[in-house]
Amino acid sequence: MTLPKFRLRRRDVVCQQAVELVTDYLEGTLSRADQRRFEAHLAGCPHCTEYLAQMRKTIELTGSVAPDDLPPQVQDEFIALYRQWRADPPGPVP
Amino acid sequence: MRGGHRLSPVSQDTDAELLDRLRVGDEQAFVILVRRHHAAMVRLASSFVPSVAVAEEVVQDTWVGVLRGIGGFEGRSSFRTWLFRILVNRARTAGERERRSVAVGDAGPAVDASRFDETGHWLSPPQHWVEEADDRLSAVKMADRIRSAIEGLPARQREVVTLRDVEGLSSEEVCSVLDISEGNQRVLLHRGRSRLRQIIETEFGRPG
Repeated sequence: MTLPKFRLRRRDVVCQQAVELVTDYLEGTLSRADQRRFEAHLAGCPHCTEYLAQMRKTIELTGSVAPDDLPPQVQDEFIALYRQWRADPPGPVP
Repeated sequence: MRGGHRLSPVSQDTDAELLDRLRVGDEQAFVILVRRHHAAMVRLASSFVPSVAVAEEVVQDTWVGVLRGIGGFEGRSSFRTWLFRILVNRARTAGERERRSVAVGDAGPAVDASRFDETGHWLSPPQHWVEEADDRLSAVKMADRIRSAIEGLPARQREVVTLRDVEGLSSEEVCSVLDISEGNQRVLLHRGRSRLRQIIETEFGRPG
């Protein structure tokens, strides 16, 4: 694993570190101290506040990707699979 | 509005209800379950195997496994978690991938280093586009763009982003399905989401 792990030794978080902490922040896995530093940085940095908003929007947009429905032909294959299973179950009978 | 996951338009029944019907031999319940989960299963399986055709075989094989194992499924996890676990096991076998090798892969930074100055402050800060993304026309276009962007992610990132952000599984469920640690899950999620944000940013014609 080669994740650049920012240890927040210094008191202040800089932008380049902040963008790497966004997921841990959203996941609620930052330590309380790191969360405080991160939020203190956001309070003074409109760019990173924007960045966080964009990550939230990205997650929302990703969640709106609707799954494709099943083509009828594929559906028929599954019905055949099911009927075959019912006729001749290859394992323990349900 | 959305709802790709949870309930499919073909039925309002929950997975658990459909499973009960399937247990007593209801073919229609089987078809609804297949329709509901098929796209996600093919997407997920595709991460492990070289072609969509093989992925579809893995999905079929998974449903056979479901039918075979339905009597033993006690509902301790959600049906979807159980289903995806079966799928991933079969896909791994089909793809002959190492079970435990979690290559983070493509572990670049969330934002290109050239956009920061030497003290780590923004040189080229993100431009505002969040509201533009809500515009309906760009939303439709964006969904297509995001779908192909997800497909372009490195496999491990794609698996985690698909399960978490498209399918809406919890981090615990994702770890269970993929058999990875919480830490690895977060790293992969971070890389994947960061990459998707870059792509959306580029789509809006802003620095990327």
